[in-house]
Amino acid sequence: MWKFIHKFGSPPHFYRLSVVLTPWFGWAAAILITAGTLGGLYLAPPDYQQGEGFRIIYVHVPSASMSMFVYVNMALAAAVGLIWRIKLAHAVAAAAAPIGASFTFLALATGSIWAKPMWGTWWVWDARLTSELVLLFLYFGYMALRAAIDDENRADRASALLAIIGLINIPIIKYSVEWWNTLHQPATISKMGKPAMDGDMLTWLLLNIAGFMCFFIAVLLISARAEVIRRARDQKWLKQALGVT
Amino acid sequence: MKSRHQRMIGIGLVLAGVALGASFLLRAMNENILFYYSPTQVAAGEPPENRRFRVGGLVVNGSVERAPGDIEVSFVLTDNQQTVPVVFSGILPDLFREGQGIIAHGEFDQGSGNFVADEVLAKHDENYMPPEVAASLKDVHTGGGS
Repeated sequence: MWKFIHKFGSPPHFYRLSVVLTPWFGWAAAILITAGTLGGLYLAPPDYQQGEGFRIIYVHVPSASMSMFVYVNMALAAAVGLIWRIKLAHAVAAAAAPIGASFTFLALATGSIWAKPMWGTWWVWDARLTSELVLLFLYFGYMALRAAIDDENRADRASALLAIIGLINIPIIKYSVEWWNTLHQPATISKMGKPAMDGDMLTWLLLNIAGFMCFFIAVLLISARAEVIRRARDQKWLKQALGVT
Repeated sequence: MKSRHQRMIGIGLVLAGVALGASFLLRAMNENILFYYSPTQVAAGEPPENRRFRVGGLVVNGSVERAPGDIEVSFVLTDNQQTVPVVFSGILPDLFREGQGIIAHGEFDQGSGNFVADEVLAKHDENYMPPEVAASLKDVHTGGGS
């Protein structure tokens, strides 16, 4: 039943697959993000209250949702690595962490820039902002833990456990705006029923979200491939694949 | 039982334990995580005494008064049940207007009964629309009301 995991978990197979898939996701990301950003900046109408200032949403919302999506993927990969003892899964989790940390930083920075004129402050310690900051520290903690342990197998297992424990923060971020009174507004596009956003604005936002997703996959494939090469540097299949003897 | 299954159960137990711990922790800290109190909660005496706190609500239409020649502004916050009168001298955020959600940080002045704020933040809602759509919604709303 779980055979496919082992097939997918073989580094040579992953190496070939990632070489084939990377340009597809890379080009899809370039096209989607260009279209979404230009549409968001030039074609979408200004907001009735925030005017032109609302347009930072086209970076803020995609990076914020990717910051959580990447973490869930990182924790799942780490769990697969722990349970099935698949080293490739650990390599994927390790490769995902810096990407997720970048998205989290981008979400915090763009949110802060928007908050100064709209709310009247750069930062408040409300539940949503605080839990997103905790997410950034979880990524940093994961990377620091990996870097602190020399033995690769032990680094894989210890950091995987941290990634899995940190998973608890994801529902807290997601539902913080519903469970507590926060300054941050509730979700706009994942609202039940009709999204609370005009269609002319929403289309470009959805394009950018899809673009950020493709960007993440492309960068993850490249970064995980680099990790696989580093780990398999002495192995025969890699030398054959790279054409060095 | 295979060791793989043991590890699966182990991870499941770790997650369940962490979730349980987090839920107790958040429940215990509930009051501190609340960013602001609504006027109803203020009327019920929920905010801690002798401590600064935040009140959040909508600015009542027509309640905004500016003192002539001064930046001091007074307005009334409501959650459609209770009201809190607020005075503030400082720079208001862009989104401050009547009917808008506002969060004021400060404390009650025992003498006048006003909530004296030293920070006023605007709370934005999750709705985004172009000005024309907002205007037409307003027309429909007022048209239906008259």
